[in-house]
Amino acid sequence: MSHHSVAAALSDTATMIDRSVRLARRNVDTVFVSILLPVLMMALFVYVFGGAINTGTAYINYVVPGILLLTTGYGAATTAMAVADDMNSGMIDRLRSLPIRSFAVLTGHVAASVARNALSTTLVILASFAMGFRPNATAGDWLAAIGLLLLYVVALSWLAAGLGVVARSVESASTLSFFMLFLPYLSSAFVQPGTMPSWLQPISAHQPITYVVEAVRGFLTGVPVGNSATFALAWCVGLLVFSVALASSLYRQRTRR
Amino acid sequence: MIVEATALRKSYGATEVLSGIDLALPEGSVLALLGPNGAGKTTTVRILSTLIRPNAGSATIAGYDVVRQAAQVRGVISLTGQYAAVDENQTGRENLAMVGRLMHLGRRGADRRTGELLEQFGLTDAMHRRVKTYSGGMRRRLDLAMSLVARPQVIFLDEPTTGLDPASRSTMWEAIGELVRDGTTILLTTQYLEEADRLADRIVLLDHGRIVADGTADALKAQVGGERVELQFASEPEVRKATDVLGAVAVVGPLRLSVPSDGTAVHLHHLLDLLRDNGTVPERVSAHRPTLDDVFLALTA
Repeated sequence: MSHHSVAAALSDTATMIDRSVRLARRNVDTVFVSILLPVLMMALFVYVFGGAINTGTAYINYVVPGILLLTTGYGAATTAMAVADDMNSGMIDRLRSLPIRSFAVLTGHVAASVARNALSTTLVILASFAMGFRPNATAGDWLAAIGLLLLYVVALSWLAAGLGVVARSVESASTLSFFMLFLPYLSSAFVQPGTMPSWLQPISAHQPITYVVEAVRGFLTGVPVGNSATFALAWCVGLLVFSVALASSLYRQRTRR
Repeated sequence: MIVEATALRKSYGATEVLSGIDLALPEGSVLALLGPNGAGKTTTVRILSTLIRPNAGSATIAGYDVVRQAAQVRGVISLTGQYAAVDENQTGRENLAMVGRLMHLGRRGADRRTGELLEQFGLTDAMHRRVKTYSGGMRRRLDLAMSLVARPQVIFLDEPTTGLDPASRSTMWEAIGELVRDGTTILLTTQYLEEADRLADRIVLLDHGRIVADGTADALKAQVGGERVELQFASEPEVRKATDVLGAVAVVGPLRLSVPSDGTAVHLHHLLDLLRDNGTVPERVSAHRPTLDDVFLALTA
């Protein structure tokens, strides 16, 4: 098989996915934190703050979609660290000196991120059931919610991969997870934007996380979705296209000879 | 010439790190690029292994141009960088198998090659352990093994033993020596004259991006005058008695003389007899082989 055929490129990508998934699986700390953190946040909001927040429904039913976004956002952001580790160790030189398309290393990390997030999201959903989450979604609704979350994870993972490429250290790449933990607070994830100061309302009402949260909430708990789903889809697709383009452009720049 | 470089130049901003390097390696030869940090060793290797482009000059590996035919060059070379490029959270076997799959050896081919390399580098017992449990020496050996999976024609080794303890260093030397015996063309960089001496047919001395000397290890050492014996005496009168009988000597410190030597016991014996016959005995005697520092001082001064 030539090193430059499509089959070779697919085979190399499969090899790198296999590698990243194995590395992610063995990085027990990261997997553990990416599950424990959202579950603790959920407990905090449901049992401590929830009683003081009036959303017109059982608070857990309001907050779970936001917690799911926080889970996936945080999980996707850790992709930046894995990529930064490869870019700043000898690994990228090794891969670039082989007759392969070394960009496959990023695809590997993104695929591992999706796998990791599928696991953590499933576990967080199970935990939410234990805390009293009672969705009234049909199978179709579940599929729509999962599909949207998946698209969101893939897009964010590519964004994280792109930032990992330019990060000068694993530590600086880790700041992305901080932003991903923080951004949902400025959305409708935890409180209704109407309760926020007037200058903040337009921001929180129109930022992408709000649309995705509203859409997932609509699918799972039956509140009217309105045009949130369309906006959410548009945001995610746009973010995905932008992120893949950004990641490949940054990768080309960083490895320009 | 399987590796040929002509007038390679590389600058980063206003800083020129390579100011015109010419190299030529016949097939099966071993060349050491010797020099201190910042001499341009790693930059040279990175250009030849297609990771960066030169600003001027050209280079070919097995007839392929490193800039225009980078993909073909990558098919015949391998690079073992300064920092072990191994996955800590994969086992030794998994690391090797990964490269085997990337080189499209097929599952069975990759397994067979992995087994051979684990055996060759003494890692068979550790093959199921994650690399993070490996010692520094084992990591370097795995790193080298990973760069041999596809049997490259030309191997670049960037400071293969820097940071290793003496025992691991000599194991690494044996492993590299075996490649040399197999007839692989090797270009290695090092800060240690001893390493260059032991592994290479020819040494190119780099300083501030220029070649300051080029030759066999013996030729370079001859240029700095070979080994010397240092003699420490108890008092000035003793020193005078010694200089009377020894003739031309260098005074290298208070009550310290330095004498050229061939490093043999016979010569040392002869020297001490000569001194004793003239009524003096040195307090201390030490032998000095030329170090990289000596070579540098002599050739860059």
